[in-house]
Parts: sequence; C-alpha cells; structure tokens
Amino acid sequence: MSDSDDLIDELRRIAVRYGSAPAEVVPTRPDVIIVRAGAVVVKAHAPGADRAPLAERMRAVGRRALYGIMLEPVTEEVGVVEDRLVTVWPAGTPVDHSAPDAAPWEAAARLLARLHTVPVGALPPLPPAGGPARVAAMVARLRGDSAAALVVRRALACLPGAALGRAWNPLPTPAHGSSGRGSLTHGDWHMGQLVRIRGEWILIDVDDLGVGDPAWDLARPAAWFAAGLLDPEVWHRFLAAYRAEGGQAVGADGDPWERLNLPAQAMTVQLTAAAVANAEREGRPLDEVEQVLVDTCQRIVQFRSACHSVPTQ
Amino acid sequence: MQCPKCRGNMRTYERNGVHIDQCDGCRGIFLDYGELETLTRMESQWSQQHSAPPPPPPPPPMHHGAPPAWGAPHHGHYGHHRNRSWVGMLFSS
Repeated sequence: MSDSDDLIDELRRIAVRYGSAPAEVVPTRPDVIIVRAGAVVVKAHAPGADRAPLAERMRAVGRRALYGIMLEPVTEEVGVVEDRLVTVWPAGTPVDHSAPDAAPWEAAARLLARLHTVPVGALPPLPPAGGPARVAAMVARLRGDSAAALVVRRALACLPGAALGRAWNPLPTPAHGSSGRGSLTHGDWHMGQLVRIRGEWILIDVDDLGVGDPAWDLARPAAWFAAGLLDPEVWHRFLAAYRAEGGQAVGADGDPWERLNLPAQAMTVQLTAAAVANAEREGRPLDEVEQVLVDTCQRIVQFRSACHSVPTQ
Repeated sequence: MQCPKCRGNMRTYERNGVHIDQCDGCRGIFLDYGELETLTRMESQWSQQHSAPPPPPPPPPMHHGAPPAWGAPHHGHYGHHRNRSWVGMLFSS
C-alpha cells in the first residue's frame, strides 16, 4: 500500500467521522486531495504548505464578518496526516464545468466585492494574500526554450518586480487609499472557487486568503477579457455587478484598467506559463487558446516598451 | 505741483486713460479721485485675458468597456467555450 493510499484511507476515516456517510475521493487539482462523506469534505492541502499561515486563515474564516461570503469550516482545527495539512469543510456544489457559459459571474462579483469591503481589523491577524508571488514561481517551472517559453520569460522580465513580491518587497503592492495596509483578498480567485450551499453561492479555499491588493482577485477575468478569450458581455456584467456591490478594487466609475493593468498583465504571464508548461508536459503544440495567451504576452512586452533586458534564465 | 511727501517736483503722465502724477525725487505716485479703482479694474481685465489659462478641452470620451491598450486588437476568440484549455483555466489555479 502506497503512502498516498494511507493518506486517502486516513482522510476517509476523518470524513466518515464528520460526515456519517460513505467516503469517496473527489477529483481536484493534482497537488490536493479531497475526500467527501455526505455533507462534509476533508481536504489534504498541497505538500509543503505551512501550518502557521493556514491556522491563521482558518481562525479568520469562521468569523461573523465573513458569514455568507466565505465558506465556514466544520472545525477551525488544522490536522496533520502523513505530513499533509488537513481541514474539514461542508460539501457544496461547484459550478458546472460542462456549462461554463452558465457560470454565476454576477454572484461571484458580488461575493468578491463584499469580501473586499470586510475591514481587515474585524478579523484575527492574517498573512499576506497569495497571488503576486505565484507569477514568477509559475514561470520558473517552464523547462523548455521554445519561442513561447521565451516570450513568457520576456513578459515576466517586463513587469515591475516589487509588485510581484520579488526583490526587497515582501508584500504585494498596497491596495488603495492612504493606509497602505491592503484589503482582505481571496488571493486565488477563479470559477472553481465558488460552491453552492443551501441555494446560495459562496467563496471557498482559504489557502491564499490574506491582506493584499484586491485588484488581483479580478485579475483572471480581466486577463481573459484583455486577451479576447472572455466574452466582453460577460466581463461587463461581472465588472458592473462588482461595482454595484461597492467593490473597492476598482473605482465606482471611470477607467478600471488603471488598477487592473498590472495584475491582469501579471496574471496573463502566469496563465501563459501554466498553459505552455501543460503543452510541454503533454508533448503537443499549443492549442488556439494557449496561442492567444502567448500572443497577449507578446503585446505586453511591446506595451511595456521601457523594458529592454531579455533574461533567459 | 509739489510732492506732498518730499516736496519734490511732480510730473504728470497719461497712461491708458489713467492720469498719474509722479515725483521726480522720491518716485512716489499720486492718484486722482477714482483712478485707483480704474487701475484695479484694468488689472483684473488684463489678468482675465492673459494669466488665466484657457479651459482645457474636454477629455475624449472614455470607453470604459474597451479592453486595455495591450489587449487583443480584434473582437476576440470567445467562441471556444468547450476548449479544454479554456475550461481548465476557468476552473482551476
């Protein structure tokens, strides 16, 4: 029996203890394991995750200020099974992957807007939100020297390092206002970070929750729209719903790109790096969507014309 | 006419309709009744014409719905709703 089987068996035992129903493994991303039993899921977080920041996030996410915005765990406790951190959550229904056109864009926008307006001071201390640091990490995983990989590395080199948590600045760019302390930020938002429970959509996944620039939570749809992948009508519905709910990542009116340009460009670089890495791993040429991302990276390089260096390491 | 301050000789000038008496000695200026008001009025007219910058032209209408300058120059590729990469990107980190 492998270590992974031992881990899954133990997750099943935990799930059954809380969920009182037969346990089954739920498909998810490769570095995470999720086991469901009835109304409960048990999550083994990615290998190497730090316990202290996760414990802080677990303490914060059950607070009243986040009720109805982010899913409250069954228990704040962070368990350890086979060197993996383990948490227990109510089971919800994810957005239907086979019907992306029917995804609840407005509901998501309203939840993000509400999350961003929760005062950081209303919660226990939180670590910096994830997001900015992931960009360079994703590019560093590219192995090949294909034309696409070179474009991705060049685009990364064009982005200001401080905004990505590189170099001397350990924090993401201060969010807004004069406080410079940042806002509550999900840190890894996409359509998979939403489930429906008791008829209501709610945000899930605390792994990157923290203090940061909330514009990064809009970075994926902004990047998809800029690349021409997301239907403009969907983007406008999403942005309008976010603004109508009082979201602070962009102004209530005016040009949203003043705040979105950098996060959306950085996210484009990250998504392109992941796409090119996928194609490399599967030994196939880029598909049309992946090529659109590479083209967008090329335009980012041209747009940031002040950039002259072409590092290839 | 004698300067009321230093008793020097005062000379009369006519400038843009304003009557000015200036002392050759101390360079002091004597204004007749109403001439200070005339000067003030002329000064404000001058500054309206010369020092106030013209109102800036209205900014071009912003198309807030438009993609950013680095975005796709055409109408996009959003017909690929079932594309595996697109769906994967939409739903996962």
